[in-house]
Amino acid sequence: MLLMLSSPHAHGGDTIRVMMLTVILALLPAAAVSVYLFGWLALLLILLCMAASLATEAVCLKLMGKPLSTLLDNSAALTGLLLALTLPALTPWWMAVLGSIFAIVLGKQIYGGIGYNIFNPALSARVILLISFPLQMTSWLVPMSAATPPVDLYDLSTCLTLFFAGPDALKSSLDAISMASPLGHVKTEWTLGVPVEGALAAYNYSYLNAFLGFETGSIGETSVLALLIGGVFLLARHSITWHIPFSYLATVALLAALFNAIDPAHFAPPMFHLFAGGLMLCAFFMATDPVSSPVTPLGQIVFGVGCGVLTWSIRSFGGYPEGAMFSVLLMNCAVPLIDHYCRPRVYGHDGRRV
Amino acid sequence: MPAMLRNLAQRLGMMAHSFVGGIHPPQHKLSAGLKSELCPLAPLHIMPMKQHIGVACSPLVAVGDRVLRGQKIAKSEGYVSVPVHAPTSGRVVRIGDHAIPHPSGMGIPSIFIETDGDDAVDESLAPLADWRSMEPALLRERVRMCGLAGLGGAVFPTFIKLVQDARFPIETVILNGIECEPWLTSDHCLMLEYADEILAGLAIIMHMVKTDAAIIAIEDNKADAAAVLQQALEARDDLADVRVVVLPTRYPQGGEKQLIYTLTGREVPAGKLPMHIGVLCQNVGTTRALYQAVMQGRPLTERMVTVSGDAMPRPGNLLVRIGTPMRHVFAQRGLDVFEQVRLLHGGPMMGELLRHPDLPVVKSTNGMLAMREPTFMAAHQPEQPCIRCGHCSEACPAGLVPNLLADQCRSDQFERAESYNLFDCIECGACSYVCPSHIPLVHYFRYGKGQIAQQRREKHFAEESRGRSEAREMRIEQEKQARAARRSSVRAAHVGQSDDGSADAAGEEKKD
Repeated sequence: MLLMLSSPHAHGGDTIRVMMLTVILALLPAAAVSVYLFGWLALLLILLCMAASLATEAVCLKLMGKPLSTLLDNSAALTGLLLALTLPALTPWWMAVLGSIFAIVLGKQIYGGIGYNIFNPALSARVILLISFPLQMTSWLVPMSAATPPVDLYDLSTCLTLFFAGPDALKSSLDAISMASPLGHVKTEWTLGVPVEGALAAYNYSYLNAFLGFETGSIGETSVLALLIGGVFLLARHSITWHIPFSYLATVALLAALFNAIDPAHFAPPMFHLFAGGLMLCAFFMATDPVSSPVTPLGQIVFGVGCGVLTWSIRSFGGYPEGAMFSVLLMNCAVPLIDHYCRPRVYGHDGRRV
Repeated sequence: MPAMLRNLAQRLGMMAHSFVGGIHPPQHKLSAGLKSELCPLAPLHIMPMKQHIGVACSPLVAVGDRVLRGQKIAKSEGYVSVPVHAPTSGRVVRIGDHAIPHPSGMGIPSIFIETDGDDAVDESLAPLADWRSMEPALLRERVRMCGLAGLGGAVFPTFIKLVQDARFPIETVILNGIECEPWLTSDHCLMLEYADEILAGLAIIMHMVKTDAAIIAIEDNKADAAAVLQQALEARDDLADVRVVVLPTRYPQGGEKQLIYTLTGREVPAGKLPMHIGVLCQNVGTTRALYQAVMQGRPLTERMVTVSGDAMPRPGNLLVRIGTPMRHVFAQRGLDVFEQVRLLHGGPMMGELLRHPDLPVVKSTNGMLAMREPTFMAAHQPEQPCIRCGHCSEACPAGLVPNLLADQCRSDQFERAESYNLFDCIECGACSYVCPSHIPLVHYFRYGKGQIAQQRREKHFAEESRGRSEAREMRIEQEKQARAARRSSVRAAHVGQSDDGSADAAGEEKKD
């Protein structure tokens, strides 16, 4: 019996595999900067997270009786890479593995696998780790770009020791080799009564360094330049549209500019906000995750604005110094509602009726 | 306010009057620019009784009858219907069911004509050379009698579109020469070879709807056709207010609603017709057929068919008699083995897959494509979960959100699907074309529409029968009361009265 298939009988050739691969390629500049800043440690973290994600995905697929060829859609590899890039360089190996398992099992497969998750898998795992292990998740290793890095991260054996045995094995401690991130520093100083400008001066903060990525932070979030290169690549390949990144970044910048003009002692300037923390990574790679973001252009703008308002508010008023990942996850919950109310105008309906 | 925002978001970065969405599939117009050829007469022609949108026809001939080319062999059985004519002279050898190019694969009554080779023509319809002095209603009747239906592929009876309504005067006639389906070149070929006849047909249409303004729309991949029409236009002094407009190639530019918006900046309101905004759209092939019907007295018995596809040895444009078995047409261009070949009726975007080549060419056959099995299957890969990338939404020319609609149809949430404007889908296939998960979105929409239509029919039927049964109960009750009243008034005298009464009630029941 001839299988009857209905039209169209032509296809443009896009596949999930290539779409995911495109995002992985777009993350390579940021990954390269992470290796430059944190040496072997960053590479170990990235490889372990990707491997653990793929292995977890394979186990889940097996348990659910789905074909293992689904692994080739590159989505698990991408989740692993994204997770690694949001982790601090000092994340121990077991925490990376745990995070990858969280990402794949709780972030994705528990909802039914690719396409069905409500939240961004990498970000949900990151939040679980942050809440479970607050100390390790907020200890920022001094990068190789610093004047006097306390540990030689380009030495493989040092990094292996640090990664698998922890700082104690190097007769060191977390405190000795870590420092505050710019966002954390500004927040702590403000609670001590130091205004933003003073705090930044004491930190020796430079916009150029922040743009190029020579500050500390999660391994993949530091370089604005590398993330912008990746973002532009995604836009050029039509992997994402401008709506989410633009509305997200513009909202943060506008709010920051407005409040900075009102009270510069409390509220950091817009450039600081744009260059700091995970904002760039979230704006181009996390908030744009197709599965957990709205499908319609207007919905994407609403989503981006929501992320921007939340990010800036958490940073300015919240308990955590960084709010980008929380804001994306919170907005993920609102996606079905946004999609429902932000549908495009249908041909022949509403205005323009003659 | 949200509507304004939505408009703004949709129109940012777009040219004024460019329909939203759309795709750019590879053109594959292998037969473009090739001279048309006459397809030799087949030994047998199969004429299905329904080749148009609307009510099927019923045969006027019997087995054994001799028929002439152009002779009416089946008459309309309703308003939305057009008659069927013999494609050549010969003898009726059978009247019975035969499959037509339709996804259902079901057979419908057809007249089988054995060709006698004379190709003798029925001359009973006189040319109407003085159409300029004729009433539109008379010309419209000629168009109906000649069996014209939209030859772009939709085959809606042409005469109905030409009905005039004083409340909605036609301001602009749009001649659709877009032909945006990949592979197809039949309209292109007609425009190159029969520009004068197309313009003559256009002049008749403009006379019938009483307007001087018309636009001939052509995509920029057919610049030669635009030039030929422009030249032919300049040679005529009665078509001064007719423009040839060349539009960027984009699928589905040729969709009636999309084309009207692109050319006029006006949308056909939901549930209305182009007429309601003063526009009449006609395909170039239909327009030429209209010329032949009026000026030559020739009913529709022949049409231009693109025969192409990557499995086609010699693609081309053939003038084929309606009713010709497709196997015969394919053979003319060197295809007679159909293994590892998939046959399509129409273009790849909206055409149907054919089960076999033993189907007749019908009025809607604008193309016949033979695709290699691997090419075909590449477009029909296994469905994967939706990753909500939104590409379908971007491609949709109707402004729908196909992935949400497909979810609703798949999970039988039909009310919700309707509120998401399922019925505004034109089934152009742009969404399925761009879907990285290979989700057959249009298939789900057809399923949803079919189910909703079925539910409506059932609801209508249930309401009707409830109405009938309520009426019956009321009647019985009234009769009972009447009997009781009579019984009480003439108590002892007439005893047989009540038996008569119940017999009446039974009679009523039977009538229901």
